[in-house]
Amino acid sequence: MRVRRKTTVLDHYIVNREQNKRSGNTIFAFSVYGPVFIICRWVLVKMSLNCKLCGSNGKLSTNFKLKKAKEPLHASNWVWKWRRLLLLMWLLVLVIGFIWLFSGLNDGALWRKEIPDLCEDKARILLEHFNVSKDQLHGLVSVFSESDQITSLKCTKESVFEMPRSNVISCALKTLCSGKQELEKQREMVLEDVKPQDQCPVPDEKFSSKLGPLLLEDKSLSFFFQSMSTSIKSTHQNYEENVLQTRALGEGKEHCESFSVCLVKVCLWVFLGVVLSCKMPGLYEKLWRNKKQKLVQQQPLGQQLQQLQQTQNSSKSAGKWRKKLPIMFVLAGVIGSIWLLWHLKDDINLRRRETLANMCDERARMLQDQFNVSMNHVHALAILVSTFHHGKQPSAIDQKTFGEYTERTAFERPLTSGVAYALKVPHSEREQFEKQHGWTIKKMETEDQTLVQDCIPENLDPSLIQDEYAPVIFSQETVSHIVSIDMMSGKEDRENILRARASGKGVLTSPFKLLKSNHVGVVLTFAVYNTHLHPDATPEQRINATLGYLGASYDVPSLVEKLLHQLASKQTIVVNVYDTTNKSAPIKMYGTNATDTGLLHISNLDFGDPARKHEMHCRFKQKAPPPWTAITASGGVFVITLLLGHIFHAAINRIAKVEDDCRKMMELKHRAEAADVAKSQFLATVSHEIRTPMNGVLGMLQMLMDTDLDPNQLDYAQTAHDSGKDLISLINEVLDQAKIESGRLELEAVPFDLRAVLDNVLSLFSGKSHAKGTELAVYVSDQVPEVITGDPKRFQQIITNLVGNSIKFTNDKGHIFVSVHLADEVKGPLNVRDEVLRQSLTLVQDWSNNSYNTLSGFPVVNRWKSWENFKKSSSTDSEETETIKLLVTVEDTGVGIPIEAQHRIFTPFMQADSSTSRTYGGTGIGLSISKRLVDLMGGEIGFVSEPGTGSTFSFTAAFAKGEKKSLNLKWRHYDPAISEFQGLKILVVDGKTIRAEVTRYHLKRLGISVDIAFSLDSACSYLSSNPNRSASSHLTMVLVDKDIWDKGTGFAFHHLLTGLRSNGCTEVLEIPPKIYLVVNSISSVERTELKSAGVVDGFLTKPLRLSVLITCFREALGIGKKRLLDRRKPSTLQNLLREKRILVVDDNAVNRRVAEGALKKYGAIITCVESGKAAVAMLKPPHSFDACFMDLQMPEMDGFEATRQIRRLEHKVNEKIESGEASMDMFANVVHWHTPILAMTADVIQATNEECMKCGMDDYVAKPFEEGQLYSAVARFFESG
Amino acid sequence: MLGFGEDRLRADMNRLLALLFHQGVLDEQFLQLQQLQDETSPNFVSEVVNIYFQESEKLLRNLRELLLDREFSDYKKMGIHLNQFMGSSSSIGANRVRNVCVAFRAASEQNNRPGCLRALELLEHEYCYLKNKLHELFQIEQQRVLAAGVRYPMQN
Repeated sequence: MRVRRKTTVLDHYIVNREQNKRSGNTIFAFSVYGPVFIICRWVLVKMSLNCKLCGSNGKLSTNFKLKKAKEPLHASNWVWKWRRLLLLMWLLVLVIGFIWLFSGLNDGALWRKEIPDLCEDKARILLEHFNVSKDQLHGLVSVFSESDQITSLKCTKESVFEMPRSNVISCALKTLCSGKQELEKQREMVLEDVKPQDQCPVPDEKFSSKLGPLLLEDKSLSFFFQSMSTSIKSTHQNYEENVLQTRALGEGKEHCESFSVCLVKVCLWVFLGVVLSCKMPGLYEKLWRNKKQKLVQQQPLGQQLQQLQQTQNSSKSAGKWRKKLPIMFVLAGVIGSIWLLWHLKDDINLRRRETLANMCDERARMLQDQFNVSMNHVHALAILVSTFHHGKQPSAIDQKTFGEYTERTAFERPLTSGVAYALKVPHSEREQFEKQHGWTIKKMETEDQTLVQDCIPENLDPSLIQDEYAPVIFSQETVSHIVSIDMMSGKEDRENILRARASGKGVLTSPFKLLKSNHVGVVLTFAVYNTHLHPDATPEQRINATLGYLGASYDVPSLVEKLLHQLASKQTIVVNVYDTTNKSAPIKMYGTNATDTGLLHISNLDFGDPARKHEMHCRFKQKAPPPWTAITASGGVFVITLLLGHIFHAAINRIAKVEDDCRKMMELKHRAEAADVAKSQFLATVSHEIRTPMNGVLGMLQMLMDTDLDPNQLDYAQTAHDSGKDLISLINEVLDQAKIESGRLELEAVPFDLRAVLDNVLSLFSGKSHAKGTELAVYVSDQVPEVITGDPKRFQQIITNLVGNSIKFTNDKGHIFVSVHLADEVKGPLNVRDEVLRQSLTLVQDWSNNSYNTLSGFPVVNRWKSWENFKKSSSTDSEETETIKLLVTVEDTGVGIPIEAQHRIFTPFMQADSSTSRTYGGTGIGLSISKRLVDLMGGEIGFVSEPGTGSTFSFTAAFAKGEKKSLNLKWRHYDPAISEFQGLKILVVDGKTIRAEVTRYHLKRLGISVDIAFSLDSACSYLSSNPNRSASSHLTMVLVDKDIWDKGTGFAFHHLLTGLRSNGCTEVLEIPPKIYLVVNSISSVERTELKSAGVVDGFLTKPLRLSVLITCFREALGIGKKRLLDRRKPSTLQNLLREKRILVVDDNAVNRRVAEGALKKYGAIITCVESGKAAVAMLKPPHSFDACFMDLQMPEMDGFEATRQIRRLEHKVNEKIESGEASMDMFANVVHWHTPILAMTADVIQATNEECMKCGMDDYVAKPFEEGQLYSAVARFFESG
Repeated sequence: MLGFGEDRLRADMNRLLALLFHQGVLDEQFLQLQQLQDETSPNFVSEVVNIYFQESEKLLRNLRELLLDREFSDYKKMGIHLNQFMGSSSSIGANRVRNVCVAFRAASEQNNRPGCLRALELLEHEYCYLKNKLHELFQIEQQRVLAAGVRYPMQN
């Protein structure tokens, strides 16, 4: 499923890619979104994974194992958190990308828009200007080609001021457009500049001397340098200007950038805040919950529920707070988006205003420049006139020349409609002038209309008599009609002329309507002086020097129109030009009455006339469009906010839901745990309750069977009894399981004899093993100490379970072999010292009779594997002294466990397969209990099994080393018997090494020394080769295994032995060694046959165990026993107790009498008392008693109290003797009084034992007396004393 | 003939003992008791058993009195009596009596008066049975001793 999803995402991705490719211009967009898609895919895949995880967890949690339900829940929580985090991260990335894209687009658009505009404008202007200056030079050269060099030089010099502009502008533009080509272009420029210079002087060469060209060149060079320096200067200036401009632009851009960065930062902070606010309660709750959990574990269920409610409350409050969070977030988002809208709009307006100002200023400056260019040209014309008209005699210029020149250079003054030259004529010279020119000075028709085209000069009246006149003598063709008209007669013109000649500069009229074009125009007037005047000449000097006036009319609208035409984006703004000399009533020079569109920018115009002021008013043609970028951006933010809000809302809802679920689960878990505990308790109680009546049932059944019953009835009763017994054992097992589960099973720690425990197990199963013909054996390694401290019952239970299982599943002849070793013994297979272990670790097949070196000859599984997986806890030295770890192995040759069932073998109520219970019975609880018990004992259990071969179970268990002295009496049954057989010697003849070792182990326990022969033949040779005295003399018995017994060798062996007997070594040996056959099961026929033949003296039935051996040997050494007893008894009980005065304290007459009788039998002198008080009185020193046997349960004063009082008395006496207060004579010469007091008790419990010791008793004996016990108890006091 | 009688009596005794053992009336403690009887104390067993009978009858009487008392409440005292009874019974090996005593004590610990009465009846019954059988046993024993006493000296 995951793969499928992945591919669909991939498909989607590919399709997107193709679509993007198709719409070529969105490739950029794709490159931005590509990573986003990848992230998207990743997130999706993650999600699906998580889903899967959740699903599997769900499966687990629905499992009935409620204990584990907690874990997956945690896990899913965790996973969910991660998913949330991922989602947030993804969104964050998306939003940042979005914002970045936005700002990038904005910036780019702005830049791209503005820079080319500016560049283009400048380039065009540059071109024009350059053309102008070039054309001017061309014109000059072509017209005045004949004129001499000096004048031309002068002219060029004079007109130099026109030239630098081109350079300046070009340089400025170059720096703007491309810094790289700047130098090259400039050089070209310079060359171009120089070329015309070169061209100019060439035709003059004829007239000049030979030095001319050189001079000229020098001049041109110097000029070149001059121009260079000026150009550099102005370049510098312009550059500065430019820098300022670009800086202004850059600021705008910076502003924009900083804004976007700010936005991103704000977004980041918001996200951080949101993430933190999402995380914090989670973290807090986690911590809190952990703490609570710890508490919960310690507190009972009721309080847990309370706490659960508390958790609920707190989570509720947290939930409320969390629910408010998305609303707050959305509100903040809305406010943010509104603020963004306002801010962006503001920004756009600001930019608009700036753009307008820039454009307006630019236009104004250009207009000014162009106007100035024209003005300069007119000025140049004035100088031309003064040079060639007045400076020459006769004049080089007439109307025709002037007209032609002006006509041809009209392109240089595109804005002037016409140029005219008027001569200053005083009244005194009027007639002479009129005569000279052949026309009269005429007056202007109307005062304010000059340069009227349609009026014919002839029709005009002659001028009125005035002080002086300014009749037009030269005029451009276009205005030729104004020749002879007196300029001083018009009011405007007169003022103009007067101002012009006084100031020596170009002077403008106020705007007025030009007659012909009906355009608004102005007239520019320059005065022509006869001499070269200083710049600081007084107006009087100027007036006197005035020769004439050159006037040019400007058509302002066309001027502006043309200018605007040159500029791009002319259609976006409306330009109005006003003459604002009179502030109150500005005169409109250009422009339409456009509607007010809000924004207005006013730039000052300086047309070179300080008396007049002009302004340019710019406004946008259209109203500002709606700020789409701002709207989209804020809209985007708004939408994102809403989306995020929705996501948070969903997330928080989800959190709440999960929390709710978690709480429910916790509740359920608590309930389940409570139910579990209740179940165990119920089981324990009910099992116990069942057990009691079952005992009654069993007892009654037992009694019923004792009555007179016919065989049928007896059979029924027997069956019922057996079933009842089974039921009891089952109940016991269930009870154990329940106890372990509810943790109520506690292990005892009492010292016990491990070997005796194993003997018990053997005797339990001996019947079964006989019935099945299975050989059963136990072996305990020498290194295992005799006494260990632990729980013998539970230890026995484990072994019983394992052996029981093995017996159950071993059908044919085979064996079950229990061996106990120290866990340290099996650390490495190489350094195994124990013979049995070494043998059992290597399976060797003996091909001669197709058997293996195992107990019964059947193959077994490799037992090493069964404990291979155990943790090898290397016992340190400290551990070695305190605890020992035993490894118990139970090996069988049964059917084995099927491999598929091996993993669930330790699960309660699970058997290998369901047919097992049908075939073999049982509940399958035994192994589970065993495992739990082993766990309790700090060990491990393991097994290895091969179907058909058998199984081997191993377990380890930790025990403490025990003192032999501390061993309870219960375990000392055989102590006297062991001493009976001390020093005997027995030959064991057995073909199997392991079996021989097992026999040796058992015999060693009795203190019997053992020799082993592996066959009868070798036994024969062993016996015959050894001299009679040394080997066979002490040989008491020969134990022959039945497996190697056959009639032929058996008889031979018998004969050998009888031969030894008859060899007359009677002085050493009264009895020849007896031959005992060690059998597993033997039919009575065989038995009698062998016995009657007199070949063997008896049979020893397997499984070998101490009690069996003892009875057997006692039987075998029947006479010897008597003798031994006779020899030993005096040294034992009778010897000890003979003539000893013993006080018996018992309230029960029967007990008293019995005890008396029992002790009297050993020769003791008995005194009986029947109460504790009497005993205290009797034992008050001095007294002659050697010991006291005291019953514990007596009325009035019980045994404990009596002992305490006796000890107190003794203590006093001892103190007295020590201090010398009383002489020893008074107390029968006894230095230290301490009468041994032995408790007599019917129930031997540990607690009673301790109680006895506490109150000062020395030991205790079980009632009724048993010889062995009595001996061991009494021996302590009397042997030493 | 007389010698035969002794053997027969011994067999009878053994049979009776075996029966008692089989029924669980007696256990091996009784055998140990018998082992304690030797030349120094020839009537040890009967002596002990007689003491047992005396004590037991006293105890039984007490128990019955205690139980039949109307405002009976002294279960503790009854427990002491029963302990005594149990102790002496186990000393002579009266297994079944002892077992009934255990049940009786359990009933008395639970203040179960009907249970106690039932147990008392059972106890009395068991005790009577034991007494009869032991009397029977001692009679045979006596006869056997008598029979042994007229043994012909030639047999030695």
